[in-house]
Amino acid sequence: MAEFLAYLIAGIATGAIYALAAIGFTLVWQTSQTINFAQGEFVMLPAVLVLLAIKLFGAPIWLGALIGIAAFILIFGVGFKLAVVDPMIRHGVLPLAIATMALSIIMKEGAKDGFSAEAQKFPSFVPTETISVFGAAISLQHVAIIAVAFAVIGLLQWFVGSTRLGRQMQATAQNPTVARILGIPVERMVLLTFVINAALAVVASVLISPIYLAKFSNGEVIGLFAFIAAIVGGFNQVRGALVGGLIVGIVDSMAAAYISTSYRLAVPLVLLVVVILVKPEGLMGRKEERRV
Amino acid sequence: MTAPATHSAAPAARRLSLPAFIDGRLLTLVAAAIILWFVPSGMGRYGTYVLSLWLVMSVAVMGLNLTLGYAGLKSLAQAAFMGIGAYATALLTSKVGLNWYASFAISGLLTFAVGLVLGFPALRVKAHYLAFVTLAFSTLIWLVLRNEQWLTGGVFGLSNIPRPSFFGLKLDGALAFHRFVVVVTFLLAVVLWWMIRSPWGRAFTALRENPIRAASLGIDTRMYTLLAFAIGSAYAGFAGALYAPLVEFIDPSPFSLSQSFFLLLMVVAGGAGYLLGPFIGALLGVVLPEWLRFAGSLYLIIFAAIVMLLLIACPQGMSGLLERGWNRLTGKKEGSR
Repeated sequence: MAEFLAYLIAGIATGAIYALAAIGFTLVWQTSQTINFAQGEFVMLPAVLVLLAIKLFGAPIWLGALIGIAAFILIFGVGFKLAVVDPMIRHGVLPLAIATMALSIIMKEGAKDGFSAEAQKFPSFVPTETISVFGAAISLQHVAIIAVAFAVIGLLQWFVGSTRLGRQMQATAQNPTVARILGIPVERMVLLTFVINAALAVVASVLISPIYLAKFSNGEVIGLFAFIAAIVGGFNQVRGALVGGLIVGIVDSMAAAYISTSYRLAVPLVLLVVVILVKPEGLMGRKEERRV
Repeated sequence: MTAPATHSAAPAARRLSLPAFIDGRLLTLVAAAIILWFVPSGMGRYGTYVLSLWLVMSVAVMGLNLTLGYAGLKSLAQAAFMGIGAYATALLTSKVGLNWYASFAISGLLTFAVGLVLGFPALRVKAHYLAFVTLAFSTLIWLVLRNEQWLTGGVFGLSNIPRPSFFGLKLDGALAFHRFVVVVTFLLAVVLWWMIRSPWGRAFTALRENPIRAASLGIDTRMYTLLAFAIGSAYAGFAGALYAPLVEFIDPSPFSLSQSFFLLLMVVAGGAGYLLGPFIGALLGVVLPEWLRFAGSLYLIIFAAIVMLLLIACPQGMSGLLERGWNRLTGKKEGSR
């Protein structure tokens, strides 16, 4: 039982990370109808940039973190939208999806060649101790991840649901044409979604890297699981991505503990296929119909 | 304004006095096959190997071109299908002792069948789900190749894969095997050329251009989409069956998900929807890095950047650029594939 609780907490913690990446993925999907295949690399890279900034400028951790994060949001939030999405969207969705695959290769190989092929230690903002709850050893890092991730997601929900800017963003995501008629600055709202996506990726990266270490190949698994989370939950809303992320995280943790470590990756994949077959719109999703 | 131009195009083609079933693309294939048959003499073992590898990868890219370029489906499992073909051929020829030709056929049939099984549920729900299902499948295959040591040798891979013989003639040498690869690739390319010109191929193209109109013309869109995917996957199986004896040693790494991404980029770089596009794409992706050895792994970044620029400037890839250039030279209007 104690063991189970520990696995559950660990699963929720990684699930929260997947949820952050999956939410960004759904936001980009909603506003540009694009599958961002570089989503995993978006989570991998901020940690590498932070370490790079520390190394290059000899900066203290907080300054390095600030530089790395600012650089990332500028390049992969604003820059991604302006340099990749804008010129390509007129050719349709397929070229853009392929461009994000190219981008993922550039980000991954860039991190490998420009920084290091080895996994690097990433500073943790939380002590790496465990506390005992009902006899289960629970890592403080996991608790911190859960707390921060849920705070961020809560903030995002509040922003989208209760602020003027957030509602404009939502309107843009649901129907850009009508939003434009209503006088919403659609372009700026789309840009905002991309910046939020980058910011969520940064949060996920900073949270997960002290545990997983910063490594160029981290994006592969995170990206895959974020996709699975988004589809399992239903990828037309934030709530769905959150639920999907938690399910995938918990399933993954349990599979590693109770089934087999070499096939732990396979269990969420099977879950994905089952959900696609049984409920293609996702567990929390509504059927995708564009209302006019 | 355009109508008279299309009418005058037909007699112009007839003036060349060639039988109607021959076109420029087939002639290019024949010429290229003849050149490739002779080219490697004097290139050395390694140069010959790179040329053969280019053709083998072209076969895999050709299949993906059918799936993506003609039917508009994102498949992210082409490298995994290639892996199935390669491991099946390796196991059948080295462990079971079957001859290569039978293994080749089995590899193709196996990947065709797996393609059907995978594509059917994914396409039943929504076209873009195929991307996710193939993404998952790719990872699963990679896991199996790595973990099932008793069958696949795990990370140590399979070695001593025999090369085929041709009517008792051993094809162990680099040049002999290269010529064999040229012939097989040529045949596979001709089959694809024929398929694309056939009513089937026209249905594929109709699907890509306008699925709704295609459906209204009575094309069973789901069946044709599925067929395009399964045939495309079978080509990956064929490529794998050629790849295994070419490299004589296989391990899971060339069949990973990122390799599937790389194959997709080759389709786009060469020109999706052009018969000769895959050869150009594989040239850019496989042969060029050998010449640009100094760039090392930086080449992958350069290649991906080139593809991105191509996508912005000319979504039809290199073939599209060449066509544009050719049309400008001959003063022809754009838009004919």
